Order: sequence, then C-alpha cells, then structure tokens
Amino acid sequence: MNRRTFLRCGACSLVALAGPPRFLIRTAAAAAARGKVLVAVFQRGAVDGLSMIVPYGDAAYAAARQTIALRPPMRGESDRALDLDGFFALHPGLAPLVPLWENRSLAIVHACGSPDTTRSHFDAQDYMESGTPGVKSTPDGWLARAVTALPERPAPFRAVALGPVLPRALQGDAGALAMASIDRFDVRATDTGARGGFEALYARTVGDLLSGTGRETFEAVRMLRSADAARIPPANGAEYPRGRFGEAMRQIAQLIKANIGLEVAFADMQGWDTHVGQGAEQGQLAARLREFGGALAAFAQDLNDRMADVVVLTMSEFGRTVGENGNRGTDHGHATAMLVLGGGVRGGRVHGRWPGLARERLFEARDLAVTTDFRTLFSEVASGHLGVSVAPLFPGWKTSEPPLGLFA
Amino acid sequence: MRRLAVALLTLGALTGCGGLAVAGGAPPAGTAPAEATRPVPPLGDDRRILHVLNRLAFGPRPGDVARVRAVGLDAWIDRQLRPETIDDSATERALVDLASLRMSISEALREYPRPDPKLREKLQNGRMTRTKMMETYPPEKRPFRIAAELQAAKTLRAVKSERQLAEVMVDFWFNHFNVFAGNGDVRWYVSAYERDVIRPNALGRFPDLVRASARHPAMLFYLDNWLSARPDFIVPSGQNRGRKAGLNENYARELMELHTLGVDGGYTQTDVTEVARAFTGWSIDRPRVEGRYVFRPRMHDTAAKVVLGHRLPAGGGRDDGERVLAILTRHPSTARFIATKLVRRFVADTPPPALVDRVASTYIETDGDIRAMLRTILASPEFYAEDAYRAKIKKPFEFVSSAVRALGATLDAQGAFDLARASAEIGEPLYQAQPPTGYPDRAEAWVNSGALLARMNFALALASDRYPRVVVDPGALVAGADARSPDAVLDRLLAALVAGQASAETRAVLAAQLTSPQITRLSPDDRGPADTDVAKLVALVLGSPEFQRR
Repeated sequence: MNRRTFLRCGACSLVALAGPPRFLIRTAAAAAARGKVLVAVFQRGAVDGLSMIVPYGDAAYAAARQTIALRPPMRGESDRALDLDGFFALHPGLAPLVPLWENRSLAIVHACGSPDTTRSHFDAQDYMESGTPGVKSTPDGWLARAVTALPERPAPFRAVALGPVLPRALQGDAGALAMASIDRFDVRATDTGARGGFEALYARTVGDLLSGTGRETFEAVRMLRSADAARIPPANGAEYPRGRFGEAMRQIAQLIKANIGLEVAFADMQGWDTHVGQGAEQGQLAARLREFGGALAAFAQDLNDRMADVVVLTMSEFGRTVGENGNRGTDHGHATAMLVLGGGVRGGRVHGRWPGLARERLFEARDLAVTTDFRTLFSEVASGHLGVSVAPLFPGWKTSEPPLGLFA
Repeated sequence: MRRLAVALLTLGALTGCGGLAVAGGAPPAGTAPAEATRPVPPLGDDRRILHVLNRLAFGPRPGDVARVRAVGLDAWIDRQLRPETIDDSATERALVDLASLRMSISEALREYPRPDPKLREKLQNGRMTRTKMMETYPPEKRPFRIAAELQAAKTLRAVKSERQLAEVMVDFWFNHFNVFAGNGDVRWYVSAYERDVIRPNALGRFPDLVRASARHPAMLFYLDNWLSARPDFIVPSGQNRGRKAGLNENYARELMELHTLGVDGGYTQTDVTEVARAFTGWSIDRPRVEGRYVFRPRMHDTAAKVVLGHRLPAGGGRDDGERVLAILTRHPSTARFIATKLVRRFVADTPPPALVDRVASTYIETDGDIRAMLRTILASPEFYAEDAYRAKIKKPFEFVSSAVRALGATLDAQGAFDLARASAEIGEPLYQAQPPTGYPDRAEAWVNSGALLARMNFALALASDRYPRVVVDPGALVAGADARSPDAVLDRLLAALVAGQASAETRAVLAAQLTSPQITRLSPDDRGPADTDVAKLVALVLGSPEFQRR
C-alpha cells in the first residue's frame, strides 16, 4: 500500500464520520494557500544552450559556428545578443527576461546536464524526469517524489501538469493530475443534471479508492469553479504570447492566484530540435525563444509580489553540438543551460563552472561538457525553495559536486 | 437502522485500511475492505458468467451473458483458449483498409518515408507553400500513420473480435514486452512487432515470446541493444565512424528485471554486465531500409561469460544470447514473476499467494505454457471468489472498449481512430507508454481526478451520439420496456448494460434521477406519462463506479 491509497481510504473513512470532505480540503487549502510553488518547465527536443545563453566571451564560440553564431552584444543594439556579465549574453528573443536579470530574480546555470551520455531524446528525457540517469525502470518521477516528501495535505491541486497526459516527472504516488486546460476540468454536459447524477453515484459508495477519488474530484471541480480560476485575468498588464506554452503558463498563474493549494506545476514546450536552419538572432530558434521568454516574463509580471513564493525551473534533456552542422543547424550534444526564476533565488548571475569551448575541453571532442549534474540543480531548488529533504528525490545518487549556492 | 449500517461500513473501512497500512502490503484496490474479513462465498451462475466476460473479454455485449449460458461457461472458456477455432473473418474484413498492418518493415519504411529535414525550413522561408507541402507529403504517407492505424486496429479488435481472450492477452504481453511507438525507428517497427512477436505467441509458450522479442528490431532499437558492442569496438563506417561504441546494458537489465526474473529475481549488476556482453552483436541490418535482425560478429564480445552461475565458454558467438534466454526462461524466479503478473491481471491487484504458487508450478511443469497457466487460474476458487468480483479497475482502454461493447455499438476503422483518442484522453495513449514497464495494471495508476472526469465525459459523449462513426442506439437497449414507466426503463437498461448487477446505491441514485426534470422529458400533454431520457441514464451507468470495475 502506498501513502496515497492509504490517505484516500483514511480520508473517506473520516468523511463518513465527520461529514463531507469539503471541510478537510478547505482547511488544507487555507493552510497551503500561500505556500511555496515550484513550476517545472521542460524544453523538449534539446534546446541549444549556447544560443539561449551565449558564451560570447569564449573565443571558440564564434569560430565553431559560421552562420548561426550570435554577434557579440553592443550597447544600445537590441537586435543583437544582450550582455549579461561581460562573458555571457542573452539571446535577443529572451529580451523580456532582462528586467528579471537586472532585479536579480533570474539565475542561470550553464553547462548543466546529465552524467548519462545518451543522445537519444527519449532516453534523456526519461532519465531527467525520473531523476535516475541510466536507469529506465524507475517507476516514478522526481517531482512526484518531491511532492510526497512534503507534509501530507489532502488537497486535490497539489501537483498539476498542464497538458493531456501526466508527464513522467509527476507519475507516482503524488496524486498529480493532468488537465488539458482549467475550463475543461468539469463534467461537460449541456445541463447540470449529469454532474449532479455522477456526483450522487460516487457519493453513495464508501470506503474505496474509486469513490474516495470520486468525491475528491467533485470537490476539486467545485473548488475550481468557486475560485473561478478560469476567469482570473492576467494582472499588472501581463500579456502572454499566443501558443500552447503561453497558455499553460497563464493557467498555472490562475491556479496559483486561486489559492487552492498548488505546490508543484509542470508545463512543457516542444520544437527545440534544431538540426536544420536553426538561425541566429532571427529564425526558427529565435521564434521559439521569443515565445518561451515572453511566457516566462508574462508569468512573473502576472504574479508580481507572489513570485516571492514561486520558482520557475527550466530544463532540457541535453544541449546541442558546439559546431554547426552541414545544414546550418546543430546536432544532439551534451550540456545545456537552465534557468531559475523567482523565489529567493540568488539571481543576476550565471552559476556553475564554465568548462570552455576549446576543442580539448569538449565532451567527446564535440559537445559542451557537463560541469553541473542536473540533480545538483534540481535538489537545490527542491530543498532551497520547497524545503524538501533531498534524500528521497534521487535514489542512488550521492553528489560529489560543490553546491551551486542558488539560495542564500 | 440506516445510521447503524453507515457506522458499520465506516468501521470496516477504518479497520481495513489500518490493518493494511500496518501490513505494508498493497491494498486489494477495488474491494470494499469490509468484505475482506468475511468468509468468501463463491459467485452465483450469472455473476460467474459476467465475471468471466469482464476478465477474459473486454466486457459483455448485450445478450452475451445469455449466449455464454447457452453454450456453457466451461465450453466458452475452452474455445477462447483456442482462438484459432473461432471464426473472426468479420473483424479482419473491418481492418482491410488499414494497409500498414500487413506491411513488412522494409515496406513500411518505403511507404511512410521520413520527413525531409529541409521541409520546415522551406516552409518558413516561403520556398514551399503549405498546399504544396500537403501534396508532396500528405498525412496518410507520414510515419505517424503506422501507429495511428495500429491504435485503430487494437480498438476495433477489442470491441469487435470474437477472439476476446486472445486480444486481452495481446494487450497484456505488449505491455509486458513494451516498446514505445514514438521512439526513433520503432515508429516503423512497432506494427510488425505486435503482429509477428506478440500476436502469434499470446497464448503460446512464454519462452517463445522472450526469444521472439529479443531479436525483433523494435526491441533491439527501443532498448538500445543494436548499438551495444564489445568495449574496444570502433564504429567502422557511417555517421558515427571512428567513435567507440561500447557496451550498452539497457536491454540486459530490462530483460531480467521486467521480462523474466523480476526485480527481486536474484541477479546482480555483474549478471547485468555479463548478459549485456552475451548480447553484443545482436543488431539491426540497415535500420532505415531493411530493418531486420542481424548478428554482427565484429561487435560481439567473444570472451567467456558467467550468467547467474552458468558459464558460457569463449567463442559462443550468437549462441551466447540464446543460452542466456534459455537460462532465464527456465529460472524459478521467472515462473514466479510471470505467475504473479498473470494473477494480477486476472484475479486481483494483490495476487493471492497460494494461487501464484500454483501458477508458478504450472509454468515449471509445462515450460511456460501460457494456456496451461491460464487454465490453472480459471479453475481456481480464487478466481471465482466473491472478493475477486469487480475487484479490478479497468484501464482506460478497457473502459472505452467495454463501454462501446456494452452499448452494442457498431463502428468502422474511422470510429476506432476516434475511440483510440478517447483512451488517450483518459490517460492511456495506445502504444505510447515510454518506460519499458508498459502501462501498469493496478488501480492506483488509473484512478485520479482528471482521469475520472474524462471517463464521465466519454460516457456522456458516447451515449449522446458525439462519436458519429460509432453508432449507438440507446433506445434499442430498452426496447420492449414500458416507456411510460421510468422504473421499467431503468431496470431494462441495467439488465442490458450490467446484466442487472448494479448496487442498491447505484440503483437508488438512478431512480432518484428519474424524477429530476433533466432526466425525464415530459411528453406533449404534460399530464401524461414521462418519457425517459435514456441517453442520459446510459451515460450515468457507464460513468458509475460499478462500470469502472471489471
């Protein structure tokens, strides 16, 4: 028996004694109302970290990329890379993130990735989401383990993935739910009779997983409706870019502002696998980055002060080759860059050790080497922000790396 | 009296849960814990039939219980165990338009070519219009079509095939030997994999399944064995020319952990490495043109190996892998692991240990005869025990298929495509399980809020005719019932959908719904009798707790 089923059975027994579960959930929701939230964002397809966070100060950078290197930053020129610290620069598509860098709420970890050397998207995503590089049979995801390591709260919206299926990272005993969109999380009938009928059917049986979940479900539906989450408008003039990712971030902000006990959220964005015609300041990758950066910036603007309780962590399964390929693109590589935004993060700096782009410094003579195991980053975010004890997050892993010091 | 009953049930629930929590075992998910303490009576005749139809088939169609009663339950089971004796030509005819099902891997690679990597660039810089692109590369020629046709075929067979047990077993073994249809070249291999590896052996011998999967390109690709080579091997040609390939342990590990011995089956990391060395050279010939198993002696590690205490002498070549498979499939841990999974599928999430023992013995006595193991299960008191009845939560695919069957709906391949999408929306996108564990067979994996709502919404959509290619006639289900008596309509409906086996609670809720204005439409003269909204009642039954169980 796992914790969740136990909780479910326990909760429904209590319910039969003490009345409807509304009571339980409301109390829990109130307690968690302004708790910490972690939003994990997966850039699926392996983003080119060297174009996202450009190491223009490394002499080997421009030399390795004849047509797709970004030109070094130049004061007052907004269509070129935007200087961060004299060595790294932001892709101009990420310009909306500049104010967050300047007010030190955005941190960057470069040369981050997996110790596993696979260049398969499928395997690398699987390893990053399970949190166990090299081990495919891990049954659950690291975010699910993070949720179960938090103090137990029977709130239905603790862990939510915006999307049609539950991602590997949230599979497990966290009771995470996947929703394609907030306003579809309901019984879709032309009249209210059907919802009432289903609710009555699940209310009449007691004592098992199915009816316990059934009650929870209608409680959740009611909670979402009464909080009117789907109608909470973006605040502070935030404008989310059109597209699936912006839409997902907008809805995560709605769930946070609805105060219904969200602790971990997940969203992903596709289209980073730029083998052909990647582009530089403009082009295919630039368009993806504009959507990506625009959504993150809108999210921070939307939540405003609330960002003190919220951290957005971005990740991608691996990076791309340092050298440009024959199709003006890049192939599957090794390390990439990841972003940490909000909360108490020590922003305004690029964390991690830069391994260098000189050929002899590269992994297998072609890729940016990994100097920060992604688990070092993830565990620091989980413990520093959510307060999760690191032990159960990454089974079989003992770090030998110094901490990044992302949180003071 | 009523209060007392609630209190007793509650007490049962509390003690049931508490006891399980202390024991630390998995819960008999789906059973009301209160029942566990009572002696377990066997099922009555029609309930036995219903039970068998829910476990050995994707649920009953209208009239199925009577049909099984007519031929006799044992005779029906016996025929299902010998699917080759059952005529299923109607199903095959319905699949005739799904051409990819019959293609070899090389034909599939030819007929569904890889997209030109420059296509996106051409579209973006305007060198090709979208219309032109759709002409030169239409959706029906794209590789995703292969998995889509396979999804439709799987759904259509589950709903329509007379060889129900065979389809149940194909689903079971595919998950056991899972490959992910979105994983690289598996896209082109997956259909052949199910057809040539899983289907012919689904009721055959387990060692044949292991052997066939081990050398199929889908498995070789999915678990990376095709790239695995002796440590000092340098790739002689192609894109990776000059690179060291090296040993890849993925297949070796999953072969033991998930396919044969089980995670506690008694192997070590050294065994994993040794097994991986034994399988070096088991590869794929021209994966993007031919896609055929090949043994590459130059990649093979020729030194001696020791696997689970058995010594494989040096120079064994391709036989090393064969010998490993023989060792693993004869191992008692494998017998126990397979027995456990079969009992979990057919009896309960927490398999009764005594039955697992007997099925494991059958495995050992018959060298892994799947039919014989199923006979042991189907002859057992555990299978027909009252606490096994409706003890399993249907997977999304099982739920969708059983709902369509319960309504006696008819569908074509296009309808099956739409239903496959419904399975995905409820959480089981077919052939898309990424981890090698396949889709789980335990209640906790499938019971969550989003999925439950999706089930109710599917029930509503199906009953109210929102799947135009799945033809449902709710009126036919209640034909003959007195339309002026809502109670009679309800009884007829429950008889048709769940063979009258609805709980008193469910019956009461549905009866109460009969008086609500949304359910009952008043006939033109409103003093007249009510005309029941059958479609809505159907949706409520399909979305009810009972119907989520099998």
